[in-house]
Amino acid sequence: MKLDPKIPSGPLEKKWDSHRMNLKLVNPANKRKYKVIVVGSGLGGGAASASLAELGYNVKCFCFQDSPRRAHSIAAQGGINAAKNYQNDGDSIKRLFYDTIKGGDFRAREANVYRLAQVSINIIDQCAAQGVPFGREYGGLLANRSFGGSQVSRTFYSRGATGQQLLIGAYSALSRQIGLGKVQMFPRTEMLDLILVDGHAKGIVTRNLVTGKIETHMADAVILGTGGYGNVFYLSTYARGSNATAIWRAHKKGAGFANPCFTQIHPTCIPVSGDYQSKLTLMSESLRNDGRCWVPKAVGEKRAAHEIPETDRDYFLERMYPSYGNLAPRDIASRAAKRVCDEGRGVGPGGLGVYLDFAEAIQRLGEKTVRERYSNLFDMYHEITGENAYQQPMRIYPAIHYTMGGLWVDYNLMSNIPGLFVLGEANFSDHGANRLGASALMQGLADGYFVIPYTIGDYLANQKQKTPATDCPEAQAAEKAVREEIKQLLSINGTKTINEYHKELGKILWDHCGMARNKTGLTKAISLIQALREDFWKNVKVPGDSNNLNQSLEKAGRVADFLELGELLCRDALEREESCGCHLREEYQTEEGECQRNDEKFAHAAVWEYKGKNQIPVRHTEQLTYEEIHLTTRSYK
Amino acid sequence: MNFKLKVWRQADHTSSGSFETYEANNVNANQSFMEVLDVVNDDLTKAGKEPIAFDHDCREGICGTCSCVINGEPHGPEDKVTSCQVYMRSFQDGETITVEPFRAKPFPILKDLVTDRSAFDKIIQAGGFISVNTGQAPDANALPIGRETAELAFDAAHCIGCGACVAACKNSSAMLFVSAKVTHLGLLPQGQPERNRRSLKMVEVMDAQGFGGCTNTGACEAVCPKGIPLEFISRLNRDYITASLMERPESE
Ligand code: SF4
Ligand code: FES
Repeated sequence: MKLDPKIPSGPLEKKWDSHRMNLKLVNPANKRKYKVIVVGSGLGGGAASASLAELGYNVKCFCFQDSPRRAHSIAAQGGINAAKNYQNDGDSIKRLFYDTIKGGDFRAREANVYRLAQVSINIIDQCAAQGVPFGREYGGLLANRSFGGSQVSRTFYSRGATGQQLLIGAYSALSRQIGLGKVQMFPRTEMLDLILVDGHAKGIVTRNLVTGKIETHMADAVILGTGGYGNVFYLSTYARGSNATAIWRAHKKGAGFANPCFTQIHPTCIPVSGDYQSKLTLMSESLRNDGRCWVPKAVGEKRAAHEIPETDRDYFLERMYPSYGNLAPRDIASRAAKRVCDEGRGVGPGGLGVYLDFAEAIQRLGEKTVRERYSNLFDMYHEITGENAYQQPMRIYPAIHYTMGGLWVDYNLMSNIPGLFVLGEANFSDHGANRLGASALMQGLADGYFVIPYTIGDYLANQKQKTPATDCPEAQAAEKAVREEIKQLLSINGTKTINEYHKELGKILWDHCGMARNKTGLTKAISLIQALREDFWKNVKVPGDSNNLNQSLEKAGRVADFLELGELLCRDALEREESCGCHLREEYQTEEGECQRNDEKFAHAAVWEYKGKNQIPVRHTEQLTYEEIHLTTRSYK
Repeated sequence: MNFKLKVWRQADHTSSGSFETYEANNVNANQSFMEVLDVVNDDLTKAGKEPIAFDHDCREGICGTCSCVINGEPHGPEDKVTSCQVYMRSFQDGETITVEPFRAKPFPILKDLVTDRSAFDKIIQAGGFISVNTGQAPDANALPIGRETAELAFDAAHCIGCGACVAACKNSSAMLFVSAKVTHLGLLPQGQPERNRRSLKMVEVMDAQGFGGCTNTGACEAVCPKGIPLEFISRLNRDYITASLMERPESE
């Protein structure tokens, strides 16, 4: 596997500018001769589809949801970072760059992150021009809030629904191009395979989720913006339909999968309430601006929260990390919560929860202000738990929320398969071993609006041959394989439901590859998953048939992929013998339970090559070289 | 808690449908309505029957995918929530709960509780946007917008495109949905240049998609999970009249 990151030469601040000058251009009249397939319609895919169509390319955009407006980017709550320095508090491109690299525990590629910080500025301008109703000050200028892992205030927001508003912005730009006939939209359509012709990505096989029809679509390049794979854990804050099928099947066709074990646990989610539970709900990190995390000092405390006096409370984040306090980064805050719960000081059912308390904020700012800032989050909390967080503290617990790992891409966001580009959460490029809050929206839009429109031209300009036909042998072979797999899934007719397998897989991963990992547990998890996968293909029950709307069949294909990806996750965690960011190996930690990185051996991205069914995959590496930054031990104390 | 679920089953768009009754026993009061459907579906699967098809995705009230009529009400008995945010504590133990799809001519039923709401997308494609290409934007702070205006624009932009308003309306009117978009963009300075054109185009496509007229019953507002108020329909009407007086839709 050849992994050339194609980082442009020259000083960090100049790389993107000079690279853009050196990229080949497709002249305007020729752009309409090229077809581009975009899978996914969220911030990455939706923004890319709209921007490429505006440039003149012919775009086909696919999403499994019934409308592009429902992509899971919609659920992001808190905000989007940008180095605007509107607050005059010392922010700059360089600071956002540094915070992101440090937040990622020095496991991201410098050049990509610097570019991300640079284009963050343009994103806010673009979104405001589209009519995104960002929060404003009374003077009419844009307002900011603070987020974890940073000491400046650079997060732009639309109340607690920033993702929704940004997605609606991208969706409206996309809708405009659909209306103009430049984008052909395929909702309720799922990508089931990638088609390679002469080693280049030239098409996809899809299934129409309403009619069951299997089709092939050919193009000059394929872009995946299909999001993260956190649903491999079953319980997560992801939408129920979020899946890894597109990236996993591309991986099986040769795309390298980078750092699969970098999965993020978000500290502030509503705790699990029973085994019927189907998903976990996030309470935005922005709440930690004003909410204080605490648990009782005593193990086995029986009193209700309001009966526990200040002296008997442990504001553990403020105690452990005095300079960042409640705004410590996500990985750190999650582990701290786990630690106090492991000590037996957790609150709520099963002791798996900590308090997030607003009493002090309400006293300081008044209930009205707190309501203005967070009312939709408090309402959501109330709907789910039936509890009123203005009167009693919220109970929260960490949950799977984001995946930093994903398909490997170079500086142009192209995978090691020529012509296959990967955007947003689906790639691995910007967040290292831990993502900072309000940076996912930034990356999705940066990739879709401001990176891919430039870099794809360079690839297409070199593609002189015609788009391959839908009946070329490569396409036919891929289509046949897809049909066969569907047939096989439907014919097993065993006794266990797909959900049962998915839940079991999730439990194995949460227990052995969740917030803390170790060699014994990971080795065990690998064999448990292998056995579960074998059983799945013998004993799963997929009702219905393939030529109509069949949600069980959709789920079966996705869970089959998770059963393979789950194993890779554990392998990656096992081989990375260090702790960094969200990846805590119990063997490599300080006495206080902080990460012990091993820069000598592991300052690289691990990139996995698929070797065939039930074969051991091969681990390659991309060495991360830091020109600008000195690797230090991350401290938020 | 124990419940009976009376659920609409329909094989596809062309078949006729009917109700089937299923039991859901040992339900936890904090279980969500969709989680009860999950359990019923697992039971059906095990019994060799086809599970109930229903739309859902985020399960936290923001994506607008879920779309059930529960006991006759789009999104069920609680105020300002989506179907996925309905919890079983809202029902009486032993109750029979009726579950149907959103019913409206412009939203054909695809299977069981799943409908096709792409007519909404077509309305947005006609004009629910501000025409600005990527890279054309001026500095975001170059255009100050008063806080109250921005907040009101957010209230309108918060519509999730679920279609409950249409399902609740005896005329299957989409006026609340369209008014939310027209209000959102019409309040902002960026939205002014296309303001007339927008309302004309969106209303034109809304009519063409077969949505009915508004007779001011307020049924839409009562079921809207995001609290989009009827007052926005008045704004849409005003905009539409002004636009009709000012210019005619271009023929393309
Ligand atoms: S106006 Fe309300 S009910 Fe209608 S689509 Fe929007 S959110 Fe749904
Ligand atoms: S499933 Fe997303 S709003 Fe109900």
